[in-house]
Amino acid sequence: MTATEAIIEVRGLRNQFGSQVVHEQLDLDVRRGEIIGVVGGSGSGKSVLMRSIIGLNRPAAGSVRLLATEMMRASETERMQVERRCGVLFQNGALFSSLSVADNVMAPMREHFRLPLPLMQRFAALKIALAGLPPNAGAKFPSQLSGGMVKRAALARAIALDPDLLFLDEPTAGLDPIGAAAFDELILTLRDSLGLTVFLITHDLDTLYTICDRVAVLAHRRVLACGPLAEVERCDDPWVRDYFQGPRGRSALLAAQHARARHAHPAGGT
Amino acid sequence: MQTATTPFLRQHGEHLAVGGDWTLAMATALAADVSRWRGRLAPQARIDATAIARLDTAGARLLLDLAEAARIDGLDPRQHALLDAVARAALPDTATTRRDNGLLGLLARTGAAVEGIARDAVALLGFIGLVLATLVRSLPDPRRWRPTALAFHLEQTGLDAVPIVVLLNFLVGAVVAFLGATILRDFGAAIYTVELIGYSFLREFGVLLTAILIAGRSGSAFTAQIGSMKAREEVDAIRTLGLDPIEVLVLPRLLALLVAMPLLTALAMLAGIVGGGMVGALSMDISPTLFITRLHELGAARHFWVGMSKAPIFAFLIAAIGCLEGFKVSGSAESVGTHTTSSVVQAIFMAILVDALAAVFFMEIDV
Repeated sequence: MTATEAIIEVRGLRNQFGSQVVHEQLDLDVRRGEIIGVVGGSGSGKSVLMRSIIGLNRPAAGSVRLLATEMMRASETERMQVERRCGVLFQNGALFSSLSVADNVMAPMREHFRLPLPLMQRFAALKIALAGLPPNAGAKFPSQLSGGMVKRAALARAIALDPDLLFLDEPTAGLDPIGAAAFDELILTLRDSLGLTVFLITHDLDTLYTICDRVAVLAHRRVLACGPLAEVERCDDPWVRDYFQGPRGRSALLAAQHARARHAHPAGGT
Repeated sequence: MQTATTPFLRQHGEHLAVGGDWTLAMATALAADVSRWRGRLAPQARIDATAIARLDTAGARLLLDLAEAARIDGLDPRQHALLDAVARAALPDTATTRRDNGLLGLLARTGAAVEGIARDAVALLGFIGLVLATLVRSLPDPRRWRPTALAFHLEQTGLDAVPIVVLLNFLVGAVVAFLGATILRDFGAAIYTVELIGYSFLREFGVLLTAILIAGRSGSAFTAQIGSMKAREEVDAIRTLGLDPIEVLVLPRLLALLVAMPLLTALAMLAGIVGGGMVGALSMDISPTLFITRLHELGAARHFWVGMSKAPIFAFLIAAIGCLEGFKVSGSAESVGTHTTSSVVQAIFMAILVDALAAVFFMEIDV
């Protein structure tokens, strides 16, 4: 197992809905242990790419290699095994509205393992706490939660089976800046402590600057640029330039530099 | 993928050696081992975790349970980070609130259900008042009529329901005729089948069967339509646009049902009588001419109006209950389902209740 091993390998992906081609000859590698941010304009097919990788959407052509399994050719059991090692946070949470938060988190455990209920409740409480929710959130139903709490509850369900790979579809969209920053911090902590690889779709430039190791820019039906932010920023495509050099991009960069400076010199630290 | 190795705990003199896969898949066996070892660990004991192959959050939690005060050695840095993260995540008391299933719980639930019924009744009465007030306010102003919506709902609740209403009443009419013929023939009174059919369909069955069908077909649709609009905040949007949800959503449905229901009832009566007449003609030698003559002697017109007078009342109740339940929907998809069920049950219950009261009333005034 090397540090640069590709955990997701997309080759020559083509997605098409009717006559509308969303992806064409799209290649993407995601390495183990990194947080990769996927950006692109609205309608550039970020969510479709995620759905193709996790197998919710069958591409017209190309191959997806996920956790060393060729997803297009894998048998049903092999696919299930891979899917069990992936956690997905959908854009609107997609929590089961008829179950409490704790039951939502327990749902995958219940389906895949035979565990005694008290043990499962303990693990669910642990996941809920890891996702940064207060202990009393477990008994609540999704309709009783605020937007930020729904995202955290969905995250708790996504990490229920200790996945190797975590897919996040716009996790900070619709959160207030403080909530969004706390969520970024949470993802970073979970990545470091649980050893996750994170595939992160986002529009939030602050998220990109603070937590992503690499950024993939989706435009013109393929991955236009992929690499560390500093590298991607230098790309001379006009869309990429507008994206990162616009007023929002510049202020996010400044904020991130501030945050990093604080991080490097905490009070009483090194 | 690595092959799984079974976890183990072994005493090695002063310290305890643990190893193998400490993962969720192994959690059941591990939890049993952990609870066995827990009390027996010496206060200054050391746990040697060098042999742990894989560790996930579940395993880390169990390892922490095992260790309590003891020191854990031999984890690699990544596993250590995981252990720290799990240790930091505060766990609530595992004493979760258990539902009381005893006598007290039964009493409490009964009380809550009764209270719920009372609240529903008050809400329904309030809603009916609100709808009537809105109706009176908007009727004199032709600009506030919604002919398109009205026509749409008329088609959905009226025209589209014709085949099922007619077919069902025809079949029930035939069945009642058969039943009547079988029993009445023993008394040599098979001819009274005509009275049985005419009386029951004109006064009761036509309107009641239609009401039950419409409650299941249109009442539920009203709840689901308004409910999903409520869940997606569309009802709030209507309100913020300066419009009245009652006027926009409820009145067209209510008026459509008020028009459609009597028409459907008339068709239902006709279908039931035709069904009964057909059985009479085919298996009992009651010719259609004789059938119609006897119906006239029965005073069919009077019974027809008794039945018809109930149709608008049922229509009003079904529409009001269906729309009100729709407005009660909150957020979740499950809520839409619960309220749709509740709407159908309430509407059918109310239709039969009102029908029973009406039967007593008409008997008392001798109609």
